[in-house]
Amino acid sequence: MKRIVEGKAFVFGSNIDTDQIYPGRYLDLTDPESVARHAMEGADPDFVKKVQPGDIIVAEKNFGCGSSREHAAITLKSAGVGAILAESFARIFYRNAINLGLPLLVIPQIGGKVKSGDRISVDIQTGLVQNETSNTEIRGEQISEYMFHILKNDGIKNLIKNQCGK
Amino acid sequence: MHALEKILAKAANKESVSAGEIVNCQIDMAGINDLYLQTIRSFYEMDGEKVYAPDKTIVFLDHYAPASTVMQADNQKQFREFCREQGIDKLMDINQGVCHQIMADKGFSKPGQLIVITDSHTTTHGAFGAFGTGVGATDLAIILRTGSLWFRVPEVIRINLEGQLRPGVYAKDVILSIIGKLGSDYAVYKGVDFTGTLLKQFSISERMALCNMTTEMGAKTCYIQPDEVTFAFLEGNKVTDYEVFETDSDFQYSADLTFDVTDLYPQIAAPHSVDNVFPLSDYEGEAVHQAFLGTCTGGRVEDLAVAAHILKDSKINPLTRFLVVPASSQVLMEAMEKGYIQTLVEAGATLVTPGCAACLGTHEGMIAEGEVCITASNRNFPGRMGHGKAEIFLASPASVAAAALNGYITDPARYLIEREGQDEKNS
Ligand code: SF4
Repeated sequence: MKRIVEGKAFVFGSNIDTDQIYPGRYLDLTDPESVARHAMEGADPDFVKKVQPGDIIVAEKNFGCGSSREHAAITLKSAGVGAILAESFARIFYRNAINLGLPLLVIPQIGGKVKSGDRISVDIQTGLVQNETSNTEIRGEQISEYMFHILKNDGIKNLIKNQCGK
Repeated sequence: MHALEKILAKAANKESVSAGEIVNCQIDMAGINDLYLQTIRSFYEMDGEKVYAPDKTIVFLDHYAPASTVMQADNQKQFREFCREQGIDKLMDINQGVCHQIMADKGFSKPGQLIVITDSHTTTHGAFGAFGTGVGATDLAIILRTGSLWFRVPEVIRINLEGQLRPGVYAKDVILSIIGKLGSDYAVYKGVDFTGTLLKQFSISERMALCNMTTEMGAKTCYIQPDEVTFAFLEGNKVTDYEVFETDSDFQYSADLTFDVTDLYPQIAAPHSVDNVFPLSDYEGEAVHQAFLGTCTGGRVEDLAVAAHILKDSKINPLTRFLVVPASSQVLMEAMEKGYIQTLVEAGATLVTPGCAACLGTHEGMIAEGEVCITASNRNFPGRMGHGKAEIFLASPASVAAAALNGYITDPARYLIEREGQDEKNS
């Protein structure tokens, strides 16, 4: 995992649910590359054409609410999203993303402080966000130790593998 | 401690736990749905060979029951093979129904249990005094691999329900009204404990609808203290081995709310979020193309009963399609025995086999661009049931049936009152 993630911001509002992140009609796809093709399709059908590796999703409240589908986290990770910054996250989405090694950070009031297209960077460990376009700094919540530990290992699968041995 | 904390403490083999703590818990029952083939993949990616506790694992082929694409069929095939290889005998194939209803029907859901399913509405099992919570595929794979999973002990909110319901008002209206007031992220990461005198009037079916919908306010889990209603239900299902936990009297809730339902009229959640709730009368007369009765929220025997009551000897509006999907095969059988299915089909309903059906927008009753659907299910996000520009209204099963009858949204109370008048005259 890279501690500093840097990229272009894609800004969304509140209650972006899992049907918008990954529509139910594609749930029978399983390989990550096909899953990646439908990232954010319900909210912005052109998202996959625009997103570059490392880009950052910024949202307001309750990002990822709705179903427990891991596809929602897989699609964003596989599409190259480097981190997601939101005012709050839905619980299952939060677990799914961290488990996959996709960094999520809770940043109060971030919605109003970043515009789509801004270049931003974020320190995953401290929660400090730099908006390079507007030249401002935003301080978010620090991620808990256990979550950071999972991210550092690039996802929980590696952790469990080491823990269980073969 | 709260009863929910006591369940976690026992599962973590600890004397006590408290909110915010991270604990590793043994799981009593782990369920996987057919949407989550990733669970099996993650299991093998973690070098899994044998499932830790096949007897505590249950597989549901419900979301794609029966398969409508080759890919769905293939996913289900892989699940069947996995069950065979791993000695998982609780394979609930496509003839069974929706996971949460099966858990209730078959007596797998019981007080004091820690139940984890790859489905967000696992909060439903609070109706039985269990700690039920939904997870994603990789978390479930960790359970398959190790038998346990980490949890953050949640804070608990109490929602005290008081008063008497008017005719035509149900648990679904109560929970919609609460979500409308509190918002869809009010209970994120938290447990919700329902208390109060209204619960005594609620059957298991109504309690399941109530607990089911707490997911739509973000809740991690839900709880209703088991009482005579619960015990009678369990006895009827011949479930005897369970432990009932009780909340200590000095437990501090993170919030303590009371709702009086006496003045509540039927409610409706308008597109496109579950907390966009209004009195149903605000939408009186809105034409609907499809009325959908079913799912883990509103597809139980009592739901079909009220719909049959409203539609008896009538025909649905020809401009409306009326989909009826019993939540499980047991529900279907019981509803047939009681004649509800016959009544509904005679009235013009399209009967769909037990399962999730159109609820999640994959098959069996999708809606087109510009269409309006009223549904007894739990989500109305854009695209949830088909086209992203279709409109979904959430309401009670009675309100769904009244809309099917008229072809537009209307208060179900008058049919219930009229019918009761007629039934009295006839008896
Ligand atoms: S019926 Fe709907 S809400 Fe319930 S488990 Fe199935 S898809 Fe999910």
